[in-house]
Amino acid sequence: MAAGNTYVALATNTLSSTAATVSFSSIPSTYTDLVLVATLRQSTTNQDGYLRFNSDTGTNYSDTVVRGNGSTASSVRDTSAAGIDIGVMSNSANASGEFETVIINIMNYANTTTNKTVIMRTNQTASIVNAIVGLWRSTAAINTVSLESRNSGSFAIGSTFSLYGIASA
Amino acid sequence: MAPILGIIASQISGHLWAPSGAYDSIATTTVGAGGTSSITFSSIPSTYTHLQIRGIGKNTAGVDYVLRYNGDSGSNYRGHVLYGDGATPFSANTFGGTYTGNDIAFNGGTTYFVSFVTDILDYTNTNKNKTLRGLYGVDENGSGQIALVSGLWMNTAAVTSITITAVSGTFSQYSSFALYGIRGN
Repeated sequence: MAAGNTYVALATNTLSSTAATVSFSSIPSTYTDLVLVATLRQSTTNQDGYLRFNSDTGTNYSDTVVRGNGSTASSVRDTSAAGIDIGVMSNSANASGEFETVIINIMNYANTTTNKTVIMRTNQTASIVNAIVGLWRSTAAINTVSLESRNSGSFAIGSTFSLYGIASA
Repeated sequence: MAPILGIIASQISGHLWAPSGAYDSIATTTVGAGGTSSITFSSIPSTYTHLQIRGIGKNTAGVDYVLRYNGDSGSNYRGHVLYGDGATPFSANTFGGTYTGNDIAFNGGTTYFVSFVTDILDYTNTNKNKTLRGLYGVDENGSGQIALVSGLWMNTAAVTSITITAVSGTFSQYSSFALYGIRGN
């Protein structure tokens, strides 16, 4: 019955210099789901991050968020956006060494019949917890995954990005 | 060393790395052109510590997905959900008090697929009632919801089969449900 071991580390990137965008390209189509695990910090100002696929910068994304900040729960949405918003990242206003934790499940990424949905948990660890669903309105197989710091920001040195593949039976 | 950094590990501290071979694909069901009203994983091996179900689904009625264990459809389940619809956060008991299964996903509309990841912990332990937790979401570019769920089955039996159905309607073509086993040391 069992098809065997999976959950394979595909690639990891630890920033030794700031970067506005981190991409994983030429992703093999041999898995069912992808999991992107990251610890992020914005090098300067208080900015959100964008998740994009296959270098598509069109307004083909949307997302829905439920979040809490220690006193208030709220829910917000982006429609026809240029990327899936992963939330406000830890930044220079936060304590040194504070990084946002991000775990993104990219489901059925290689099929060519469905639009692509991601579900994720992100936390600006000192101030907010998020659960987010994102939609990319495209049936293309995902071969490139990018995280981008919005509004001319950049990811700080020490930010880490790891991509895993999960293959189903 | 293969990392186990999925939804389970996101909630724990320490022991985030496990020996290679700790996460196995057990079985997958992908719905064909005719649709189906339910899917079942049976004869689940007892050799793992936890189970994880990952999937995408679309339902003809746009309703909740119900997970049941060992064929039990009695009122032996409890669950809670925290979700947001893009405007307001909500928290509720699942299934409005009927308690005949654990809610693991909700389609909302009938156009886009809902994605979900459900963790079933210590599923073979015969001293514990069984618990799950999950994350699911569907976004439809202007509607949809994202949710955290918990579920309880008030039974100490080892889980040997899992059935996922919908409150009404059928699962549409390309809906896919994959079962994984996670080993302990």
